Amino acid sequence: MNELQELYREVILDHNRQPRNFGEIGDADRVIDGVNPLCGDRMTLYVKLNGATVQDVSFRGTGCAISVASSSLMTERIKGASVDETMSLFEMVHDMLTSDANEPPDELEKLVALAGVREYPSRVKCASLAWHALRAALTGTEHEVSTE
Amino acid sequence: MSAAVTDSASLAPTTDIASLRGDFPALQQRVHGHPLTYLDSAASSQCPQAVIDAIGTQQGLNHANVHRGVHQLSERATLAYESARERVRDYINAASEREIIFTRGTTESINLVARSFGGSRLSAGDEVLITWMEHHSNIVPWQMICERTGAKLVPVPITDAGELDRAAFDRLLTDRTKIVAFVHVSNALGTVNPARELIGKAHAAGAVVVVDGAQAMPHKRVDVRDLDCDFYAFSGHKMFGPTGIGVLYGKENLLEEMPPWQGGGEMILTVSFDGTTWNHLPGKFEAGTPNITAAVGLGAAVDYLARIDFAALEAHEAALLEHATERLGEIDGARIVGTAADKASVLSFVIDGIHAHDVGTIVDAAGVAVRTGHHCAMPVMDRFGVAATARASFALYNNHDDIDRLILGLGQAVELFA
Repeated sequence: MNELQELYREVILDHNRQPRNFGEIGDADRVIDGVNPLCGDRMTLYVKLNGATVQDVSFRGTGCAISVASSSLMTERIKGASVDETMSLFEMVHDMLTSDANEPPDELEKLVALAGVREYPSRVKCASLAWHALRAALTGTEHEVSTE
Repeated sequence: MSAAVTDSASLAPTTDIASLRGDFPALQQRVHGHPLTYLDSAASSQCPQAVIDAIGTQQGLNHANVHRGVHQLSERATLAYESARERVRDYINAASEREIIFTRGTTESINLVARSFGGSRLSAGDEVLITWMEHHSNIVPWQMICERTGAKLVPVPITDAGELDRAAFDRLLTDRTKIVAFVHVSNALGTVNPARELIGKAHAAGAVVVVDGAQAMPHKRVDVRDLDCDFYAFSGHKMFGPTGIGVLYGKENLLEEMPPWQGGGEMILTVSFDGTTWNHLPGKFEAGTPNITAAVGLGAAVDYLARIDFAALEAHEAALLEHATERLGEIDGARIVGTAADKASVLSFVIDGIHAHDVGTIVDAAGVAVRTGHHCAMPVMDRFGVAATARASFALYNNHDDIDRLILGLGQAVELFA
């Protein structure tokens, strides 16, 4: 059970039970559908920009605890952040999920709760789906992202 | 090799199903510090030692290309490959080895029928009848050929129990129906379809019948002449053989009329730039060098199954399903998806508030392997209003301890997510 508690930390279980920023933003500037075809998980990300700032962000969809908590923690962390900072957070989260590198940087704040996912290769896509949708929203290249 | 086959075939079928577990080396290992509890045989079953040995011998000593060389190894490889075909023919009681086409698996078998038979027979106004409980491999090939030919794909709905809606089947089967394709045993729900009855009705309506038998083969003794199906598709790796090999059984007269679907070596008699003549059956549908070693492995799997008393096997699996169904009732918020009266040993379920993937990861930590997700049957998931289920599937080598360990793992999941 100890290893599992490293994956399913209390923060993750809490954000899964009560996801923050869950719902639509009617006047969003960007709406991105994210899909994980391997498991059928789907999420839609809504982003409202104010110049170079993420003024508001929300999500809807169905997914596992890792996927829901990652989406919830992400929206909580980036709301009000600049687009540049958000893109740099994307890189930090990506590194944390995929490489055995050093301790996650302090800037990640609560997002470090996702660090345990690294030990579960089959679950990395669950955690990264929301972040790929976010990158697509901010770079404006696609309307739909897939983990495959 | 053929001597060994004769010896094993002459033994009386074993009724002691519990003793078979020892034949499977993969099941003797520990995972995450726990004994492996393998409950994912519907995705892919483990191989008994006899299959592993047959693969090793073929690859280690008899490897060469088939139907080509005059040298010793090529003759041995050809003999082993064709002997596997003959054993498959005998096992499913096909009339002729010309009716046994080796493919990569069920998916390729169905694609072959859809492309070759469907492609040459269907036209606008025709209908292909399938069911709502099909695996994607018995949906998408038909969608593709319908799009090409202008035929219409008609799915028969299923009930809340996950059974075929028989009245709807009768209503949707019309003189426009040219092909009826259905799953013998549903991978996502465990439902066993009344194959013989459906085949009889389809024939009476003038339709040709394709049966997806991938999930039936490890649980049932299939006799294609008794069923009277026109095509029957299955995979080696779901019946204790290796991956990369499958079978399309087809009635000879239909296969004879069908055009080849892939061109290349093996499937021709003569080739010139003015024209090419096709090989006889089954070579016409086996372009290129086949997966010889896997075919030999499948032959060994068929030998293994032929030694088992299937009445005893079905009783063993029914007891496992009953025990699992009963014990799942102890888990708070658990609900079974698929409650057909006639059901194979497949238990698909959801637990309130815990996504199937989380269930899968948590029980894996206890050494329990289950499948989680949509099981390549998204229409089934939509029908039951779930995105995914966890699925425990039981094979001949599973026992009550396996189920008890699953329930222990599920209890931990509920505790963690409480």
